[in-house]
Amino acid sequence: MKRSFAVLFSLIFVLTLILSACQPAPAEAPAEEPAVEEVMEEEAVAEEPAEEMAEEVTLVIGFTSSITGKQEVSSKRQVNGLTLWMDQVNEAGGFTLSDGTVVKFAAQTYDDESNTERVQELYTRLIAEDNADFLISPYSSGLTSAASIVAEQNGKIMITTGAADDDAYKTGNTSLFQLYTPGSLYMSSTVDMLKELDPDAKVAIVYEAVKFATGVAQGIVPYLEANGFEVVLEEGYDTDTADFGPIVNKIAGSGATVLLGGGHYPDGTALARALYERNIGLKFAYLLVAPADTKFPELGDAALGIAVSSQWELAATHTEAEAGNMGVEWFGPTGEEFASAYEAAYGDPPTYHVAGGYTAGLVLQKAIMDADSVDTDAVKAALNAMNLMTFFGGTQFDSSEEAHGLQTAHKMVVAQWQLNADGELERVIVAPADVATADPLYPIPTR
Amino acid sequence: MQQISLLLTSLPDGILLGFVYGVAAMGLTLIWGVMDVINLSHGPIIALGMFGTFFLFIRSGINPYLGLIPIAIVGLLLGVVIYFVAVHRVINAPHLSSLLATFSVNMIIIGIGTAVVTTSPYNVDFNMGSFQLGSTTVLGTRLIAALIAILVTGGLYLFLFRTRPGKYIRAVTNNRSAAELMGIPSTRILALSFGLGTMLAAVSGALISTFFPFSILAGGSYELKSFVIGVLGGLGNPIGALFGGLILGVLEGAIPAFLETSWVPVIEFGLFVVILLVRPNGLFGAKQ
Repeated sequence: MKRSFAVLFSLIFVLTLILSACQPAPAEAPAEEPAVEEVMEEEAVAEEPAEEMAEEVTLVIGFTSSITGKQEVSSKRQVNGLTLWMDQVNEAGGFTLSDGTVVKFAAQTYDDESNTERVQELYTRLIAEDNADFLISPYSSGLTSAASIVAEQNGKIMITTGAADDDAYKTGNTSLFQLYTPGSLYMSSTVDMLKELDPDAKVAIVYEAVKFATGVAQGIVPYLEANGFEVVLEEGYDTDTADFGPIVNKIAGSGATVLLGGGHYPDGTALARALYERNIGLKFAYLLVAPADTKFPELGDAALGIAVSSQWELAATHTEAEAGNMGVEWFGPTGEEFASAYEAAYGDPPTYHVAGGYTAGLVLQKAIMDADSVDTDAVKAALNAMNLMTFFGGTQFDSSEEAHGLQTAHKMVVAQWQLNADGELERVIVAPADVATADPLYPIPTR
Repeated sequence: MQQISLLLTSLPDGILLGFVYGVAAMGLTLIWGVMDVINLSHGPIIALGMFGTFFLFIRSGINPYLGLIPIAIVGLLLGVVIYFVAVHRVINAPHLSSLLATFSVNMIIIGIGTAVVTTSPYNVDFNMGSFQLGSTTVLGTRLIAALIAILVTGGLYLFLFRTRPGKYIRAVTNNRSAAELMGIPSTRILALSFGLGTMLAAVSGALISTFFPFSILAGGSYELKSFVIGVLGGLGNPIGALFGGLILGVLEGAIPAFLETSWVPVIEFGLFVVILLVRPNGLFGAKQ
């Protein structure tokens, strides 16, 4: 028995050695400071050999994506946006700093399985083993909160996108920079719109009991009350809830005429379907995140009338003229250029998650260009000083100690699923009025 | 007073859902009862049943209730295959071996499922209307699912108590060695039992998909509910599982009337632990 174990152990050992020997040599890992390789362009060499030698820097951008798990839908879109930006920069030959250094990017990414523990493990790996130069957040506030601790501990800049919760920026960090409108301001445009439409509305707030949705839902209550609305129900539900029947019955029992709530994609779709099936006579239903996705109309009639706050919509994309009027610097492609490039690459129209992913890269690129350096401290200083407009909207970060990195310039719109002239579901912008493409559907139709 | 009104509104919903939970748990408890195997591939098979309905209805236009027939047949065959591939060789080994074997099947199904359909949520946009019963809205899909669940339970009862293979299953459950001495082909009967268990899981998944969105990971929560129902209804007692399902459904309908919805799993699994401590064989326990 012992002999066979010894033979087995020896075989495994030998096999391991053989496999190790066969493994291809690891790609040269980027050092602490970005790897620099010299590229000599033949034509230039012929003319001015000494001065035309360009240094090329390939910066490693580390991030995790939820290829599996509950955040998959939105996370994949975010990563698609980031990838599109990176491909465009690299295909254009990178960009050049004043010292002649050509900057390009390479992605290092892993599947975080929508799992907080895995995020911390993977961001540690991205920093310690993969030597990522800059980090982009995972999707969702919960995962970003976990990743941000690792980024901050290691002094790595992390541009956060798909993460609206305010709390992570109020812990004294110096390395996080938020692109999204903070969660506490998520529903304010919707409340402003409701005040115009129906100041006597009774509001039920029903939300997924996770960091982001809880922050958004609880954060809007004082604003609702300040605007004279009565909040008749305030309740969280478990992430894994599938049967929303009892919750919808509770909303009906509360006498609410308006629902504000939701959380992420899976629960949002289930809640929308339960609302439709029970037909409880709500005049308006607003859900977080899920209705912003292009998959949402798969719900059929249950999608009609459901509203969502959106970080970006092509129909209300920000423009260079807008930046000029505000006296703010413009950077990057127009919304139309971005959207057509995305459709060409991925075959469907971009959502705000895609736009957020793309802009995360764009903002990092601009910060490096402003810093004229790839040094972390210099880029951090450039981000702190940034006041920018892209197609995604305003980008400016709170530089105070109390809320460092919190987004202060970006504004949201309210979108709603309505039927177009052909009777097909279409997401239109209903607020604010200056960018609205349609009137709000209020009250939403009943069956 | 408002709570009582809410309770009366939510209770019928819970009861109807409880019947379907019962069918899901019946599969788990049948396998446990016959062969002492805790089938950890139960959840993914429920999810496969959901996707069966999705593909048959959305892609092929087959009515979800007609689609139950091919889903049940494929579920039965899949169960037999899983039995021979992963369970048969460890059937007499300690429980940990069969637990790990079925867990491996669980991981394989989820892995393949993730590769094929991703973990995105899917929705079967199917509606059977609704009607008012007092203050309650009764959904057609849930009512029909409950009726089918009762039919399935009745069918299982008749099969187990009125047919020869059913009697063989009960004989193998009671004493496998004695059954073999009586000439009962125990291996085939065990495979059939495993197949029936997975068939019930797939059918319950197909029914659930007509009222909730789902993903390849969705079966996990129904598997956990099945454990609670198994204990409520009595471990190894498939018919008792229907009553266990009803109790769970009633709890899920009643608790939100008095507490926040997020308390539902706390109370469900608290009850699970209490019953295991007080009556380890379950409320209607048949197995010693």
